[in-house]
Amino acid sequence: MTVANAPAVLETGAGASPRRQSRAGLAKYLGLTPFALYVLLFLAIPTVLAVSTGFFTEDGSLTFDNVAGIFAPAVLATFASSFWVSAVTAVIGAVVGALVCYAMLGTRAEGALRTTVDSLSSVLAQFGGVMLAFAFIATIGNQGLVTVILRNSFGIDLFAGGQWLYQVPGLLPVYIYFQVPLMVITFMPALEGLKSQWAEANATLGGTRFTYWTQIAIPVLAPSFISSLLLLFANAFSSYATAAALISQGSQIVPLQIRSALVSETVLGRENMAGALALGMIVVMVVVMWGYSALQTRASRWQQ
Amino acid sequence: MSAASRAAVRLGTEPSKATRWIILGIVGVVFSIPIIGLIEFSFRDGLGGGYTLDHWTGLFTEEAARTYRQLFQAIGNSAVLAVVTVAIVLLILLPTMILVHIQFPKLKRVLEFICIIPITVPAIVLVVGLAPVYSVVVSVFGSGVWTLAFAYGITVLPYAYRAIQSNLDAVPVVTLSEAARSLGASWPVVLWRVLLPNLRRGVLAAAFISVAVVLGEFTIASLLNRRNLQTALLQVGQSDPWVAAIFALLALLFVFLLLLLIGRLGSTRNRSSS
Repeated sequence: MTVANAPAVLETGAGASPRRQSRAGLAKYLGLTPFALYVLLFLAIPTVLAVSTGFFTEDGSLTFDNVAGIFAPAVLATFASSFWVSAVTAVIGAVVGALVCYAMLGTRAEGALRTTVDSLSSVLAQFGGVMLAFAFIATIGNQGLVTVILRNSFGIDLFAGGQWLYQVPGLLPVYIYFQVPLMVITFMPALEGLKSQWAEANATLGGTRFTYWTQIAIPVLAPSFISSLLLLFANAFSSYATAAALISQGSQIVPLQIRSALVSETVLGRENMAGALALGMIVVMVVVMWGYSALQTRASRWQQ
Repeated sequence: MSAASRAAVRLGTEPSKATRWIILGIVGVVFSIPIIGLIEFSFRDGLGGGYTLDHWTGLFTEEAARTYRQLFQAIGNSAVLAVVTVAIVLLILLPTMILVHIQFPKLKRVLEFICIIPITVPAIVLVVGLAPVYSVVVSVFGSGVWTLAFAYGITVLPYAYRAIQSNLDAVPVVTLSEAARSLGASWPVVLWRVLLPNLRRGVLAAAFISVAVVLGEFTIASLLNRRNLQTALLQVGQSDPWVAAIFALLALLFVFLLLLLIGRLGSTRNRSSS
């Protein structure tokens, strides 16, 4: 608190007249305007527009048709497939990612292993998109490296069940490929927050490794684990680039549905349908991210 | 292995060496397969089988400059976008963060909240509302590709904010600026000669991560019909998948090195402070 008040004391202490002081105060607030304006123009307005266009028709009158359109069976089905792709990849990503974090416990944070894994994880988790789709086409696509090896050497046809890589199931391996690294980035701090004193206390009281994990570590880590799981879900739910690069036909998940609503020129008023879909998506994202931050707050109790 | 870590293994808090390398080994091998697939693909000689260096060497011929003109142009576009986005971070976000840190500590939570919003409002949602905004932007600034950086400045907010904030928290910014002020320095001097040198690492990390985000961005560019590296890659991929694979590899490698550099920046800080 004293630190926070210090600058104000410094400025008034010089015996500035109240008038000068208030002008300085105003100037201070002026300093905030560029950022405020920028965020207003390119974050607040687009978000409000995105969410509200769903409530209007093309000529500007209020309607609930678009929002009701979300509950059309075809649209609900895309929400459902978005949900299950996100859920499956989040669970697998979280479990594998947590294992990798566990394996890195006890290595030096500044060491070569950790810095390399961290950087690799960030690349794959956040910036891959289109490029990861390419990598998977080159690997398990029709003529992919693994496809060809399996076909020629083992007689296994990856595509016996159809062209699954270019449909919703094809999203699973690629999404897992960026979910695991995201888990590594978000879950590692929680795992490092486990204190060695807890293990010592457990041992002193006659506990075993098993009781350490079941009675101490897992309960302490549970909020972090679930909040990371939610973040992974949100990440998969909102990701667009990979799906756009893999799936060229149809709009089987919500982001692709938004694409087709945005670029469609055949059906009039579809742009407002994009607004309704965006609204649906935001509702899901807000709920998930709210859960994420609530759990994070709870988890941070153990990370002091 | 030190005595402390042996004890940790015995107590069960850390994995044994064998467990560690088994887990990391399996995950590492599985995760390297797609990248190996991409590398192998870039050397393939058409669909017939066999390997060739032609796709790689072909990039350096005069002919390539013409064939891949659009791709090279897109790389140029992405570079411009990266520069303008970094400028937005440095000229709009950074001064605001310093100002809030020094003058409006109560607004810190508000600022943090604003900067985290782009995670909850994903690009695919934002782009729905950006389309009408950009019809105004185009009439004011023209249709230059750099205008896309306004949107990218928003996408990089969470990353840039985190990078700068962790540095701000680690440096006694208020004390430093008071000391400089009481020695007669003006605010610009304080900012330029006292604060920025202390915030160099955070600022650099924010700039690098912004570059990484911009180079990987696809959603907004694609749906606003602009050409950047990623949209061009997807387009080239349809006619010349080998070149697309090469550029995807190079882009991934470049971003990896950029992030490795950020990691190194962070770790030198840790070492010097301990």
